[in-house]
Amino acid sequence: MISEKTKYALGSVTQIPLGEGRNFRIGDTEIAIFHTRQGIYATQAECPHRRGPLADGLVGGTQVTCPFHAWKFDLKTGEPQMGSCALQTYPVHLTESGDIELTFLGEAARFAS
Amino acid sequence: MMSDKQKLVVIGNGMAGARTVEEILARGGGQQFDITMFGDEPYGNYNRILLSNVLNGTQDPADIFLNPLEWYTENTVTLHAPARVTQIDRARKEICSDDGQVTSYDKLLIATGSRPFVPPMEGLKGPQGEDKHGVFVFRTIDDCHKIAGYANKCRKAAVIGGGLLGLEAARGLLNYGVEVHVIHLAPWLMNNQLDAQGGKILTSIMEKMGVHVHLEKATAAVLGEDSVTGLQFKDGTILDCDMVIISAGITPNNELARDCGLTVERAIVTDNQMRSVDDPDIYVVGECAQHRGRVYGLVAPLWEQGQVLADHITGSNENAAYHGSKIATKLKVMGVELASMGVTEASDDRDEVVIFSEPKRGTYKKLIIRDGILIGAMMLGDLNKVAYLMQAFDRGTPLPEERLSLLFDIGAPSVEATMLEMPDTAQICNCNGVSKGQIRKCVEGGKRSLKMVMEATRAGMGCGSCKKLVSEVVEWAAEGQIEEDPSIHFYVPGVALVKSELVEVIMARGLKSVSSVFDTLAHGVEDAGSKMGLASLLKSLWGAEYEDERDARYINDRVHANIQKDKTFSVIPRIFGGVTTADELIKIGQVAKKYNVPMVKFTGGQRIDLLGITKENLPKVWKDLGMPSGHGYAKSFRTCKTCVGTDFCRYGVGDSTGLGIKIEKRFQGIESPGKLKLATAGCPRNCSEAMVKDLGAVAVEGGNWEIYVGGAAGAHIRKGDILCIVDSHEAVLQIMGRFMQYYIETAKYLERTSSFVERIGMDKIRAVVVEDSEGIAARLDAAIQASVDAYVDPWLEADTPATANQFVSTLPVMQA
Ligand code: SRM
Ligand SMILES: Cc1cc2nc3c(=O)[nH]c(=O)nc-3n(C[C@H](O)[C@H](O)[C@H](O)COP(=O)(O)OP(=O)(O)OC[C@H]3O[C@@H](n4cnc5c(N)ncnc54)[C@H](O)[C@@H]3O)c2cc1C
Ligand code: SF4
Ligand code: FES
Repeated sequence: MISEKTKYALGSVTQIPLGEGRNFRIGDTEIAIFHTRQGIYATQAECPHRRGPLADGLVGGTQVTCPFHAWKFDLKTGEPQMGSCALQTYPVHLTESGDIELTFLGEAARFAS
Repeated sequence: MMSDKQKLVVIGNGMAGARTVEEILARGGGQQFDITMFGDEPYGNYNRILLSNVLNGTQDPADIFLNPLEWYTENTVTLHAPARVTQIDRARKEICSDDGQVTSYDKLLIATGSRPFVPPMEGLKGPQGEDKHGVFVFRTIDDCHKIAGYANKCRKAAVIGGGLLGLEAARGLLNYGVEVHVIHLAPWLMNNQLDAQGGKILTSIMEKMGVHVHLEKATAAVLGEDSVTGLQFKDGTILDCDMVIISAGITPNNELARDCGLTVERAIVTDNQMRSVDDPDIYVVGECAQHRGRVYGLVAPLWEQGQVLADHITGSNENAAYHGSKIATKLKVMGVELASMGVTEASDDRDEVVIFSEPKRGTYKKLIIRDGILIGAMMLGDLNKVAYLMQAFDRGTPLPEERLSLLFDIGAPSVEATMLEMPDTAQICNCNGVSKGQIRKCVEGGKRSLKMVMEATRAGMGCGSCKKLVSEVVEWAAEGQIEEDPSIHFYVPGVALVKSELVEVIMARGLKSVSSVFDTLAHGVEDAGSKMGLASLLKSLWGAEYEDERDARYINDRVHANIQKDKTFSVIPRIFGGVTTADELIKIGQVAKKYNVPMVKFTGGQRIDLLGITKENLPKVWKDLGMPSGHGYAKSFRTCKTCVGTDFCRYGVGDSTGLGIKIEKRFQGIESPGKLKLATAGCPRNCSEAMVKDLGAVAVEGGNWEIYVGGAAGAHIRKGDILCIVDSHEAVLQIMGRFMQYYIETAKYLERTSSFVERIGMDKIRAVVVEDSEGIAARLDAAIQASVDAYVDPWLEADTPATANQFVSTLPVMQA
């Protein structure tokens, strides 16, 4: 069964300094939200390599570099710059009042859809 | 909804099974088949070849996965693992597995591989019939972990079997500090791949490495009650040891096939399409397949088998046929260069043998040529010509008349000629299965450097032994148009300017923040890999006027602590000159207790490291400590180690402790292109290792201090050069400060003083820093003084965070 899309209001974007990322926990899932000069992006929180904290990485354009061993991923698509493991990305946008709104289907839906 | 696809079931999720499924998917097989795989190892597919590297510690188990679990999901392949298939019912076209499932198939693929062969001997089991402690085989990741865990506690290990795998295991065991013995039945090591002479040279190489070799020994029994205490041989002799690895060959996993009535000889007999000769719906691939009487134990043949099989099963080429493989082997033992192919001895009057032997240097080369065609070769100690020989052997191309050049690089045949002759399908990288054609296409597609090609194709990124050949193919394919990556000359890769030009533009345009540099000098393209270097430069150029953007900092510099593999941080408070007090130690102890610090450690820098602090606790720990940051994380002045010097030591001729404390108080936290580690020694005995520091001061008789610069004792070791000799603490502080400022202004980002000194040259440095040849000494002194004055302890951010949620790793979600 596919659960309904659910929107989460994560609060003001000012919680995340410009150019950095922070994690938010929804249920059992941690999601990294990046507040870049290009816009706002959401991906899984842990690096697929050895679980490095992506939100602590350095961001350049729409790319994040994992702080552990420097694997790079595109924040928009989750595509890796090298290798085959992509990041899960999640739809996210800023409301007019500057609040972060995340669409999250729940973990189960990720595999069912 | 029932799918109208055929059901393809694969038994065995190893190198052959998973690779064949990849080949099938690559031919659009995902549209034709619902694919289900069973594997009895609890993982996705990994590169078994690299287990040797895992055991010898050069590779992490996590890095050898070829198909991680996500791969199966992404390709809609159903994987049951761990699940062992226990029966094949050909009449009903079903298989049973030990997780209680019955799965039906239209096509079945058997890829069960093989298991280690354990020769019959007494004492393999304990009293209750359980496996005896300390007896191992070497085939899987789990075996690797078990061996490593046990070896850590062992003194002496025996490896039964001196073949390829046995020697790789033996070399791996050396890393655990155990004494290693190899027991081999034949009169020389690797007797399948080497002749007697080559075997003898290999024995002496292994012995030099510290492996004891016992030849012509047959093991009769494993001694010991419930764990191993030794081995007894058929000749009556005994070897004490507390672990044994049996590596005496392999046995194909044939039982399933035999039980369901397929023809099995040494392995499951197949036709040229890799189908069982008895059942057109059952395919077989890998080490469990026997084709034209041959069973292979290496990966290259099974790549070829998988391609034929995939062509056939998907119908993309009905005529595809496998005609057998010629195999070549390389030994992956660090420090031994060994490759072998084909026969090892001449067997016919027509055979011509070319030999070069230099046993003392461990070099041995032998070629066996029949009617101008290479039918066998072994190369020990120097693999320069191996790539060419392997090609000639594989394709059966006639060799040039001139034999000498086949053994050594003396002109022909040129790389050019070799490359032209090599077919596109020739596999260059055996770990990742990359062919010459793929590399050529990649180069033609615009990737004109080795690094780019490696990243794009993964060629050369497994065991690494083919890297030279990969680079030759790249060079050949690029027709000499190899691109040198111009960014290596830039100060940072994302801004196309060398350091001096960059500094000039930054000053001229008044660029004070990292983002303004990207906006003005890089067309607005922000590059993560350039941020830290720019931040370091801007800060040194603008001092207090620098506009700090925290996102330009590495995580360590955002939270002033060094990140650990579990995402916690380490806290190293400053202990000036390594001298502490009882109260300070009590305070550190109390903090460690209060926060349950998992490890409290004395560092190599004469201070104390509290490891395992969560991001949230960092500010609390700093405040409770009440000590300034020791900067154990930043590109900055780190420590000044000292020795006890004149205060206590009977040899001390200068107050090194006092000087070290003064140095550390003055320069603490000063940021620089690379780390700065200092030391002071009270006499030339140099107990604090001052001669191998970025800057060191050594007291010498007569009240003088020698100042050393450019020393290093990390990844790269270099003794420092004497910059000058001065006669007071104050003079040391002044010269050191001036050198630091000159280094800060002139060095490349991340260039340690050891490289800096070599690049600029001591004569130049001495002229500028000591003799003031450029008249800038006063400016350098003033600049470093300004940095000292501007210094603020970053741990004060405990009270006043610099950014929102600076020390928060996970934020709460307000509303759902
Ligand atoms: C804690 C300590 C080991 C210890 O337990 O003793 C240590 C720990 C680390 N060292 Fe070190 N080094 C430590 C003394 C040294 C020394 C000896 C010394 O300082 O007297 C050296 C050789 C001297 C030198 O640097 O030339 C040393 C040479 C390195 C290097 C190699 C640098 C080089 O260019 O050769 C690295 C890697 C790097 O910098 O890229 C490194 C990197 C590291 C890192 C930061 C690795 C990392 O990025 O996570 C380790 C951090 C562990 C942590 O989180 O706490 N560490 N490291 C020592 C801290 C000293 C201190 O009190 O500040
Ligand atoms: C340490 C080591 C180093 C090596 N180095 C080299 C090298 O340098 N070069 C080289 O060419 N080769 C090397 N090899 C050999 C190479 O790894 C093998 O030739 C290759 O793995 C064979 O692939 P395979 O798929 O046939 O068998 P495997 O990779 O063994 O895969 C078979 C899989 O099937 C599973 N299986 C078996 N029976 C069942 C069942 N009934 N139900 C479910 N699953 C089952 C097994 O658990 C296994 O996971 C090395 C091997 C080892 C162990
Ligand atoms: S030597 Fe230094 S970098 Fe290497 S593990 Fe030890 S502390 Fe870490
Ligand atoms: S954990 Fe992210 S690169 Fe290694």
